[in-house]
Amino acid sequence: MNETVMTETTLPPPRAPDVPLLLVEDLKCQFEVSKPFLNRLIEREPRRWLKAVDGVSFTIDRGETFALVGESGCGKSTVARLVVGLYESSDGRIVFDGRDIATIKSGAERQKLRRRFQMIFQDPFASLNPRWRVDRIIAEPIRVFGLATDDATISQRVAELLIQVGLSPADGRKFPHEFSGGQRQRICIARALANNPEFLVCDEPTSALDVSVQAQILNLMQDLQDALGLTYLFISHDLAVVRHMADRVGVMYLGRLVEVAASRTLFDDPQHPYTRMLLATIPDITMSRAREETARGEVPNPITPPPGCTFHPRCPLANERCRREAPALVPIAKGHLAACHAIEEKRLEPLKK
Amino acid sequence: MNDTVVHRDSLFARALDSDLFHSFIRSPVTVISALLTVIMITAAMLAPVISPQNPFDPATLNLMEGFTPPMQPNEFTGNVYWLGTDAQGRDIFSAILYGSRVSLLVGFAAVGFAALLGITLGLISGYLGGWVDALIMRIADVQLSFPAILIALLIFGVFKGVVPPAMQDQVAIYVLIVAIGLSDWVQYARTVRSSTMAEKNKEYVQAARVIGVPAPLILLRHILPNVMGPVLVIATIGLALAIILESTLSFLGVGVPPTQPSLGTLIRVGQDFLFSGEWWIVFFPGATLLILALSVNLLGDWLRDALNPRLR
Amino acid sequence: MPFPPPPHAAANVDHASSGGNAGHGGSALAPGEATVSAGAVATPPAAGTGAAPLLSVRNLRIEFPHRRGTLVAIDGVSFDVARGEVLGVVGESGAGKSLTGAAIIGLLEPPGRIAAGQVLLHGEPIHTLPPEKMRRIRGRRIAMIFQDPLTSLNPLFTVGQQITETILTHRDISEKAARKRAIELLAEVGIPAPDQRVDHYPHQFSGGMRQRVVIALALCAEPELIIADEPTTALDVSVQAQIITLLKKLCREHHTAVMLVTHDMGVIAETADRVAVMYAGRLAEIGPVRAVVQNPQHPYTRGLMGSIPVLGADVHRLVQIEGAMPRLNAIPPGCAFNPRCPHVFARCHSERPDLLPAQDTLAACWLYAHPADQDRPGTKQSPNVESAPRAAGPVTASAFQGLTSRGSAVNRDAKTDTDGENDLAQGGSR
Repeated sequence: MNETVMTETTLPPPRAPDVPLLLVEDLKCQFEVSKPFLNRLIEREPRRWLKAVDGVSFTIDRGETFALVGESGCGKSTVARLVVGLYESSDGRIVFDGRDIATIKSGAERQKLRRRFQMIFQDPFASLNPRWRVDRIIAEPIRVFGLATDDATISQRVAELLIQVGLSPADGRKFPHEFSGGQRQRICIARALANNPEFLVCDEPTSALDVSVQAQILNLMQDLQDALGLTYLFISHDLAVVRHMADRVGVMYLGRLVEVAASRTLFDDPQHPYTRMLLATIPDITMSRAREETARGEVPNPITPPPGCTFHPRCPLANERCRREAPALVPIAKGHLAACHAIEEKRLEPLKK
Repeated sequence: MNDTVVHRDSLFARALDSDLFHSFIRSPVTVISALLTVIMITAAMLAPVISPQNPFDPATLNLMEGFTPPMQPNEFTGNVYWLGTDAQGRDIFSAILYGSRVSLLVGFAAVGFAALLGITLGLISGYLGGWVDALIMRIADVQLSFPAILIALLIFGVFKGVVPPAMQDQVAIYVLIVAIGLSDWVQYARTVRSSTMAEKNKEYVQAARVIGVPAPLILLRHILPNVMGPVLVIATIGLALAIILESTLSFLGVGVPPTQPSLGTLIRVGQDFLFSGEWWIVFFPGATLLILALSVNLLGDWLRDALNPRLR
Repeated sequence: MPFPPPPHAAANVDHASSGGNAGHGGSALAPGEATVSAGAVATPPAAGTGAAPLLSVRNLRIEFPHRRGTLVAIDGVSFDVARGEVLGVVGESGAGKSLTGAAIIGLLEPPGRIAAGQVLLHGEPIHTLPPEKMRRIRGRRIAMIFQDPLTSLNPLFTVGQQITETILTHRDISEKAARKRAIELLAEVGIPAPDQRVDHYPHQFSGGMRQRVVIALALCAEPELIIADEPTTALDVSVQAQIITLLKKLCREHHTAVMLVTHDMGVIAETADRVAVMYAGRLAEIGPVRAVVQNPQHPYTRGLMGSIPVLGADVHRLVQIEGAMPRLNAIPPGCAFNPRCPHVFARCHSERPDLLPAQDTLAACWLYAHPADQDRPGTKQSPNVESAPRAAGPVTASAFQGLTSRGSAVNRDAKTDTDGENDLAQGGSR
């Protein structure tokens, strides 16, 4: 184990071990996609809303990695941004370590809470201010949360963080454009660690990177989790990456969770037809199996989602009820939830292996 | 490792090695414009030192020397004036130096005022969006539907009506700056607004929001430095426009008072003599204005192209 | 010269007439000889002669003149594409894979230029053709599919007009027949209700459907070669699979060769017959897809394959190649991969390796040099990679150990784990 990774263990002790670190309940978020007011008036069109997240509930325990996976437009990134407070939810609760975020009104209390989580973004080329030197970028959270005030302590801490993510302290004097994509993502991780968070929201942290660099970053994230006891909410569209990283996985489709299970269960014994379809579409680089039937159709426009179960137009098992009635996310086994009428009605064929 | 660029030692050495400097050196027109601009600004700043006479100190003037043509000895005193003299025997060259001083001062100040106003409103408009954005942009639209000179004249009209005549001469130059600045802020606001809208969705801004950096600080520290590129271009071209607008207003007689004439005032005074053969009184101030505005404009054009990565 | 024929996939037995390829393959790294075999082919569409491959790229070098010197973006790249074959070109961003495609089709953006080497279509050089003639080859004989389907479709015309237009420029048939053909093509690429959709505009199609239209557009002149540049990257995973399957099926049916440029090894494994792996503007390895994917020989390919997370593999850590690909202005002398290579030895720093036979593939790596000119004792031709690396570097070598086959690639033991951690401290920086 690397020593530099080990040194950083200044975490506050967990308050109540039985309370999940994050609880999200019936979270909803909609964006207005109407035309401008004048156009609406003239064209006599109603206001239109995009339900980006439509009733999502999950919990994340301390030290675990919970992944949200789905195709573009399924709302997984919106959930990530709702959790860290970049978007306002229109309904539902976000409870962090037993405290409902919406009930915290005072600014100081908010900052106290914010200190405990951080976010890593997808695009390492857009997530660093191009006009700031790297040491200033990494020091920003330290200064904002007032974790240190004198320059010597701050630069000491920045150097530690740079080493921790596999860069050298001298890199602090450089500008972001002097680094490759993978190195920039390391800088982003260093910034995210600067305020000793317990919880990291990672929004597609490796999607913009080449595979060999992706491996470096994923390994780094795992080392940091082992060393610092971090909890991850991991957003990705890449099922293989999710399988590699996550302890539990939630599959999203058009703003809703369709299946939640432990990673191994989900990938070995997927229940929801959408999960099965997604798994069947992963290109097989081991070349050990022949391609089965490919997926059908495409994700519908989320502004006008299909009625009932939103997956029914692409589902081989859809019947009249699916077209009419949206299924609820219900437990189908211990720790395994799915939202599907076909599962409930036992119309689902067991997965052929 | 080899994937980081080599560090140069000094900022100056890095500037000399930059792409911007190279594109500058490779464009002779730009180099000449820059040279002319620098010479004119320096000359204007040093006017009291380098000008042969103080053209606005009546004690130095000799009415006998009026209407001396350029480069010819005066028939009474034998003094030679490079660019001739006007009706009062005032040296045109000195008058131009002092006049450019006023023109440039008003130009820079007006651009500064317009940029300050425009950038602030643009940042707020772009970052907040919603009704604030709609309000600011509609005001900008309304203002754009009037010609700049009309707005400046309007402001001057109000000024003449409100301020007592005794004070007008003292305040005129400030009013001129405000009038020109107010007629030009829209450009800055629009440009900054659209850049801000692009920048605020970038992940580095979101990263700052996640840790609770207050909006004014995000605007000031994160967004502002990243939207300044286009502003620099507009400001350069805006300087030329402001100088011309100032001259136009002064030419129309609503600008700076004749006691501290600008290039525009000189042209207005000189044009009375144009048809009586004393062409130099109007020609040289006019040529100076033309060269100044053209040089600054060409610099601005070059800067726009050089900073635009798509045209490289 | 030890240069066997480029191994072709079994699926293309009819094209892999090894005699013809062997003759040509021998000249792969000697452009002078290439012209000899080029002369042997009289007219391009002489199907079945098999004398010259459909497309040969010989020692291609692309330079970007820059005020601080010349950047060499592609350096000495040679490969063939046989008729009806799908050649996958894979590499990280900046490896030069898209640039190679653009150079072949004559769409290099200035100031980029082909500084050396040849692009031969049926043995005839096309890189020297004037733009007018090149334009006629584009679309008619070589078509292109881009990453973003919207950029290849004109938003102001219906898809029917665009396909009909393209058919009419390349074929001498009536407008009515062309429209009929357009509808047939749309049906063929799997667009439902093609007789109605033909009159729709591009924005009325979804992303996946648009890419289908682009494929129809590429196929409508019955080209011999399609260069597909990241055709599925902009699409959702479930749609990606559909497009890959379609592309593969159509090219088989139409007997069209495809040069598939992508960063996604999964897409390559699913689609390609042969794979060319590019690194820093050079070919690292080329060979049949199964060999490259399951038993890669070049250390870079091995690291690349190991770094891809695989479903059903329970590993705690992924294999990682330390560092990053060098920038174009800082490519090290010798083998471009040498700063990151766990098996690096003296020769890698001084001499640049040519493609050398390594088991079933060709790898540009000195590990596979003939024993006679090998400066390191104990290595045979096609060496056992298990032993060779360990001899090369005692510490870092184990990073890739046990990677001789895909199966064992996932079997990473605790020892690898620790090494990876040690590397992490210095990793990624310099």
